[in-house]
This record gives sequence, C-alpha cells and structure tokens, in this order.
Amino acid sequence: MSQNGKPSGLFKNLSAKIAAIPMVLTALVVFVGCTVWTIVFSFTNSRLLPRADWVGLAQYERLWGTRRWLISIENLLIYGSLMLILSLVLGFLLAALIDQKIRFEDGFRTIFLYPYALSFIVTGLVWQWVLNPEFGIQNVVRSLGFGNFTFDPLYNPNLVLYGVLVAGLWHGSGLVMCLMLAGLRGIDEDVWKATKVDGIPTWKTYIFVVIPMMRPVFVTTLVLVTSGIIKLYDLIIAQTGGGPGLASEVPAKFVFDAMFVSQNLAQGFAASTMMLVAVTFIIIPWAYLEFGGKKNG
Amino acid sequence: MADTVIRTQHASHAHAAGPRPRPIFSRRNIIIYGVLIVLALYYLLPIYVMVVTSLKGMPEIRVGNIFAPPVEITFAPWVKAWSSVCTGLNCDGLSRGFLNSLKITVPSVFFSIAVASVNGYALSMWRFKGANVLFTILIIGAFIPYQVMIYPIVVLLREIGLYGELSGLVLVHTVFGMPILTLLFRNYFSSVPEELFKAARVDGAGFRTIYFKIMLPMALPIFVVAVILQTTAIWNDFLFGAIYTRPENYPMTVQLNNIVNSVTGVKEYNVNMAATLLSGIVPLSIYLISGKLFVRGIAAGAVKG
Amino acid sequence: MQSSVSIQNLKLDYGTVSVLRDLNLEIGQGEFLVLLGSSGCGKSTLLNCIAGLLEPSDGSIYINGQNVTWAEPSRRGIGMVFQSYALYPQMTVEGNLSFGLKNIRMPKEEIRRRVARAADVLQIEPLLKRKPAALSGGQRQRVAIGRALVRDVDVFLFDEPLSNLDAKLRADLRVEIKRLHQKLRNTMIYVTHDQVEAMTLADRIAIMKGGVVMQLGSPNEIYNRPANKYVADFIGSPSMNFFETTLSRGAEPKVVLAGRDVPLATYGFVRKDFAGAVWFGIRPEHILTGEAAASAPVRFEVCAELVEPMGSEILVWSTLADTSIRFRLDGQEKVATGDMLRIGFDPARASIFDKAEELRV
Repeated sequence: MSQNGKPSGLFKNLSAKIAAIPMVLTALVVFVGCTVWTIVFSFTNSRLLPRADWVGLAQYERLWGTRRWLISIENLLIYGSLMLILSLVLGFLLAALIDQKIRFEDGFRTIFLYPYALSFIVTGLVWQWVLNPEFGIQNVVRSLGFGNFTFDPLYNPNLVLYGVLVAGLWHGSGLVMCLMLAGLRGIDEDVWKATKVDGIPTWKTYIFVVIPMMRPVFVTTLVLVTSGIIKLYDLIIAQTGGGPGLASEVPAKFVFDAMFVSQNLAQGFAASTMMLVAVTFIIIPWAYLEFGGKKNG
Repeated sequence: MADTVIRTQHASHAHAAGPRPRPIFSRRNIIIYGVLIVLALYYLLPIYVMVVTSLKGMPEIRVGNIFAPPVEITFAPWVKAWSSVCTGLNCDGLSRGFLNSLKITVPSVFFSIAVASVNGYALSMWRFKGANVLFTILIIGAFIPYQVMIYPIVVLLREIGLYGELSGLVLVHTVFGMPILTLLFRNYFSSVPEELFKAARVDGAGFRTIYFKIMLPMALPIFVVAVILQTTAIWNDFLFGAIYTRPENYPMTVQLNNIVNSVTGVKEYNVNMAATLLSGIVPLSIYLISGKLFVRGIAAGAVKG
Repeated sequence: MQSSVSIQNLKLDYGTVSVLRDLNLEIGQGEFLVLLGSSGCGKSTLLNCIAGLLEPSDGSIYINGQNVTWAEPSRRGIGMVFQSYALYPQMTVEGNLSFGLKNIRMPKEEIRRRVARAADVLQIEPLLKRKPAALSGGQRQRVAIGRALVRDVDVFLFDEPLSNLDAKLRADLRVEIKRLHQKLRNTMIYVTHDQVEAMTLADRIAIMKGGVVMQLGSPNEIYNRPANKYVADFIGSPSMNFFETTLSRGAEPKVVLAGRDVPLATYGFVRKDFAGAVWFGIRPEHILTGEAAASAPVRFEVCAELVEPMGSEILVWSTLADTSIRFRLDGQEKVATGDMLRIGFDPARASIFDKAEELRV
C-alpha cells in the first residue's frame, strides 16, 4: 500500500486502536464523564430527577449541617483508623507467625484467608448472628452462670462500631497477611543470616531491619485497605443496617440513601463528591511515593 | 515435604556440631502454635456456627447454645432456604437468586476478561499513541469511589434501555472489572519477551493472529487467575446488583440480605444461616479448589507493575 | 556488485537522544556483514530498523532495490534470529517453522516441503514434534535459524544469536552459521558484541559507537589497520598498548619511546605529512620476546610486574615509558615477578593515531 510514503499516524497500529475502543469508552465516558457529571450536578438542587438548576455550594453547606452526615464521617474515621491499624498489626503478626517454618502452613493460611472469599453480606449476617445477644455469645456466657454478663455490641450505640470492626477484621486481615507474607518472603535470606551472625535478636531484626525493608508492601497494603474502608457499605447493610439509630451510619450508605431512598439526588452527589475528595487525598501522596521517583513507573 | 527434609538435615547437623537440638515442645514452638491456634479459632468460629445453626430446628436454637453441635440434625432449613423462603412477593427461595447470580456472573466474567485481556495485550505490545494516558485514567478510575459514578450510570443505562436488566448489570461489571484486569494482563504480557512479539511480526502475524495464536495460549494461567478473581468479585457484589436490577433479577447477595434482614415475619435463624452458607458456597469452593492461584489473583491487585 | 541492503542517511531519535545518526551502509549480495559494538552503540537498533520493527525518524532503507522503509516486517524479504530464540512456546518445532508460512496462506504441500528441507539443512528432523521447552539451547537456536530459513528470504538478520549459549556451544554454532552461509550464499547481517564471532564470521565488520559506524572493513583491515583509536582499543584481547608520544618528521619520521628513537620508515602512513602529539599503539601479541626480540628493530628491557599464566601462553604486565603495558610469552617460558625481560617490536606493525581526533596517521 504505502511502499514509499510514511503511513499517516492515524492508521498506525489501527487494529490495536480499534481493540482499545471499549477501554477508551470506559475511561472517558464512565470514569471521567460520570465523575464530572456527578460533580457538576452536585451544584444543583436536583431531587427526584437530575435538574440543571444551579444553587452553587448550597448542597455542600446543607450536607455539612446534616447530623447524619457528620455522624457518618465520624464513624468512618473511628472505624477506619482502628481497622487500618488492627488489620496491619494482625496481618503482620499472622504473616510473621506463618513465616516461622511451621507445620501445616498451608492449612493455617487457608483458614486465615477464607473469609476474604466470602461476600460482605455473608460476613455481616454471620457476625450479626454470633453477636446476637439473645442467642449468641452473651447468652452462652450467661448460661454459664454469669447472669449479668452483657455483650450486645450490635444493640449498643457506643459499641456497634466495634462489632462491625470484629467482622471487618475477620473478613479482611487474611488479605493483609497474604501481602505481608509475600513481602517477608521477598526479603533476602542473607539479611537474616547477617543479623544472626551479628547476634541481633529476632524481634529487633523485625522492627529495625525487616519492617523498614518492607516499606513498599506496607504502602500498598495501606492504600488497598484504606480504599476498601471508604467503600464500606455492604457490611453495614448486612450487619447493622446503620443502626441502632444512626450509630453505624457511613458515608457510602448516606450517598445511597440520599439518591435512591430519600429522593434527594443533589445531596447524594455532594456527599459522593466529598468521598472523591477524601480518596484523592490518599491517592495523590501514594502515587507520588510510588511513581514520583521513577519515570517509567 | 521439602521442609521436613531440610529440618532433618538441620537437626543431624546440629548433633554433629554440638549445640543441643531444639525439642518439639520448646517454649518458642508452644508460643507460636498457641497463638496460631487461638487466632485460627477466631477465623473458624463463624463458619462453625453457621453450619451447626443451619442444621438445627428452631426449638433447639431457642433453648440451646449457638456453639453446641445439633442434637437432632435436620436439613429442612437448607431445603426451605433453597426452594421456598420468601423475599417480597417471590416465594421460590434462594434458587432464584442463585440462577440470577449465575446469569450475571458467567457473561460478566467472560466479557470483562475478553475485553481486559485484549486491552492488556494492546497496551503492552502495541504501545499506540496515547496508550499510557488511557491506562493511567483507567487505573485512577479503579480508585474512584463507586458512589461517585453510580447515578450517572443509572441515567446511561436508562438511555440505552438496559436499566433493571441483567444485561445492564453485566455491562456494569465489565466496565468496573476493567482496570484491575487490564492491569493484570498488561503486567503479564509485559513479562513476555519482546523478541517473541518481534519474531511473530517478522513471520507476518498481525494484531489478531499474535493475540489468538501466540499470546492467548501462553497466558492460560493468568486467564485462570482472572476467572477466579472476577467470579469471586462478581458473585459477591451487592451494591451494583441492588442498584441496577429489578427485584426479580436480584443476584443472590441482594436476595439473601432481603431474606435475613426482612423486618416482617418470625426470624428463622436456621433458614437464614442455611441461606447464608448457600450463597457462600460458590466463592468458598473456588477458594478451596484454586488455593495458590486465588492468592495470586488477589495479590495481583496489589502488586503493581 | 548490486547491493542487497542499502541504508541511506538513516536517523533515529528517541526524544532528544539520537540512537542512529545519519547512517549510510551498503551491503552486497551474499555478503556476511557483522555489526559490532558494545551495548548501547545502536547496532541492535539498526538491525531492528532494517527488520521493520522500529521506525526510523528519517532516511531510507532499500532491500534488493525496493524502498522498504515503511513496509511491514513480513513484506521485506527478511528472516530474523533472536538472542532469546523467541520460539513460540506452545507450538511444536514444526509449528514454529511453519507459522510464518501459514500466515501467508501457503499451500500445505509447499509448507511441508520447505519445513522438511530446513530440518534437513539444520539436522533437526528428530525434533520436529517436540515443544521448545524440551530442547537444549543449541537446538532451540537451530530451530530459530530454521524459522528464518523456511521463509526462503534473501536477507538473514541475526540479533546476538549466540549470546545465550555457553562457550563451547557458541563455538560450535558459530561454525555452523559460517557453513550455512557458505552453503546458502544469502546476505546476512549479524549483530554481536563478541569480537571473536565478528572476526571469524564476517566478510566485513562495521564497528559502531554512539549511533555512528566507526570503521567498516574486512576483519583483516580492522585488526591490522584500525581507522581510529576506539577501534584499535576495541578489537583484540588483551587490548592494544598505547603510549603518549610525539611524532616528528626530520630526515626520517620517528617517535621517541622511553628515551629511545623509534624509526618509522617502514610504517604505512595514511597522512604523509602529519606531525605532533600522537598515541602510539602496539598490540600485546606484536611485542616480541626472547630470541625474536634480539633481532627486532626496536628493543627495550622491562621488569615483569605481574604474571598471569594461561596455559598456552603467559600474559605479563609491565611498565614502559611510564605506561602500563601487556605482552605475551609462550606458555612454556619460565618467568617470575621481578624478572627483567628483553622485548622488542617491529614499528611497521604499530598503529599511530593523532591525539586530537584519534584518527589513524
């Protein structure tokens, strides 16, 4: 065809470009388009249907004056920070224990990770049952003779988040273990030999040598767990439904309810935009850390 | 196995060298295994409780202890959960949700992997102009909270007439599965030696021939990983299922939640637990059968290229 | 002679980095050309441009008189052999050989005939039904060559084909490639960083550095009359000894080494009237010792500072005119560190380069 002339840039790799059309549509229409759409309509007073009736920042002012939204944010912060710390600690502990050349390694690993294969709905429902005061742990302990024993986290507004936390940890710490284990196994055997020769105790080796070496794994895990926390929705729906009262409301549920239950679309858009802002604050430093240094990241 | 061999060698060596061999019940081992076993109980407790509860009759549940094994084993809760428990107006049990989930998961897994594998191949091998920008948007997209995008997608689906349909949900899963799967395939194809691609081009193979004849057969393991990853994710999805389908098309997770958390009627905990187990069986079996590949799948999201 | 491959003013830039700069090269019909250079010199880039796997920024490439600068790799009449063999792992050897032919929808009968012929030439018939994973490195590379062979092309391109093999196998396959060339008489362009491969295989060698051809010539020319100091230093192992000195032209051209005049009447000058600061180079293997040194035109006495016995020969490190030098002794000689040795050389075998541009004088 073009034996002598340089082919035009448009037709270069034409098949590859055609094959990429679904990806282009996804990236541009869904990820960029829909996000922008939501942000734009968060400046309107859309209720049942989206309307281009501009109200400026009124939705945001209203949002930050809404008690339920504030409680949602507070809940997410409490749950999020605890979940982050505890899942990292528990995950690392599990990984370090499994890394001790133990017997039945595969068996233990299977046990710690299987909850991750189950849905949040299943997780929420089973823990709702285990923590049920009428039949669950409270009842069992009472029947052992402690008549006044009270353990009803899902019915106590002050404790409900911890009840969710127990389920969240059960579900997600196996994943952290897996990532940590991969990190531990990725450390050069010679590092351990060197610290043995130098006579450094094992716990010191972990804290001063191994953990600093695993920084990339920790960063990745942190981002993964955090983005999971922000999306927290199914678990709450299944385990507590946001209750008792508003005690376990979370932003994702606020958005869903505003959009699909209380017919207050623009509030939902404003709230989801706030979630996007929060994620941006997590992603940017991470992307900077991960890809900032190297050009070919 | 290999572990044992190394251990024995180590032990005999220790004898020869002098220091006393480490006994099996050393303090260190007791602590390690003790902690592991206690933690294992935390992870195993719920599934144990689910199983025993689902096998008890309601009277036994009311008087007994949730941790006690069933006195009288009954499969009635399982039968009821599967075939006759009611959600709203439908009283054909979870079997409906199971079928819906099947109808959603199978095509979603197929399409999302088909699209993503071609994406990954095109991105890593053909590097057309703008490919990197596109890929960056796609990966950033993976971090955008779904809540930001769910409503405009409702509008889009309504426009093309797929809102509430199973096919609409399949489309949504294909779109949202794309970032992670594209990353997975791109990283895999990037590890394929470039010379192989060059050799195929010298041999006159084009975009499609190289994909179907060379890359696809080579990438079978990564396809298995992708299938595991996607099947589990889509089967377990709740949010999209609840938003983009009508009640008669609800996937199993949504139906399960509606059954268990319904405010009307007497709570039948044994049926609830049987239903919960039923909807967990598919991903759980995939996990137990696939083992290491499952781990590889979930790690794929984390290990960046 | 009509040229088989002709490269005219070829340029390739990656952003601001130019990998190939205004490169011209004519390769004759049936010629074996080796592109030699250290990594990053642009030799593989050039080969990829000829193959059509990289697009040049400017310039043109002709194969058999056709301008193929923008043609698809498969339409250029080339076959290529890669360093990592690049065999399709899930296909049998037969599948690998026939893949390219199937892509152009060649009749089955013809494919079978060609595969059989290639298998016969390369002696891989017993391997046809095996997968690449079941082959040894040498066998794999033979299949890779076969893949180029079946396509019945005019030009063979080799991209460091032997670098992944161990030393013994490398030597064997080198001979086989040479034999193949003698039998087929195709044009072959061969990229390598191994000077032994280059010297043994090539009709002509192009030594490249920084995207430029430093010298193009027969192995003999390259070895005996390097055009510049880079080539002189690059070819030969251990590499040439260089002395900084001054070339003066009195009654007779000469340089001074360690206070002694080295007459250059027998030296083949390229630039008859050059005088000034020069690098005076002499190869270790051209430094004579013992009896031969006694009758050499120029003689010195040096101390053996370091002795490296290598079996067949002994490499001696020493100092002459404040410069560290190396030279060879026969493996049977007895020499210890600190011994004084008599050495000499014939100035006709030296290479002299001006200091400013490092070009041959």
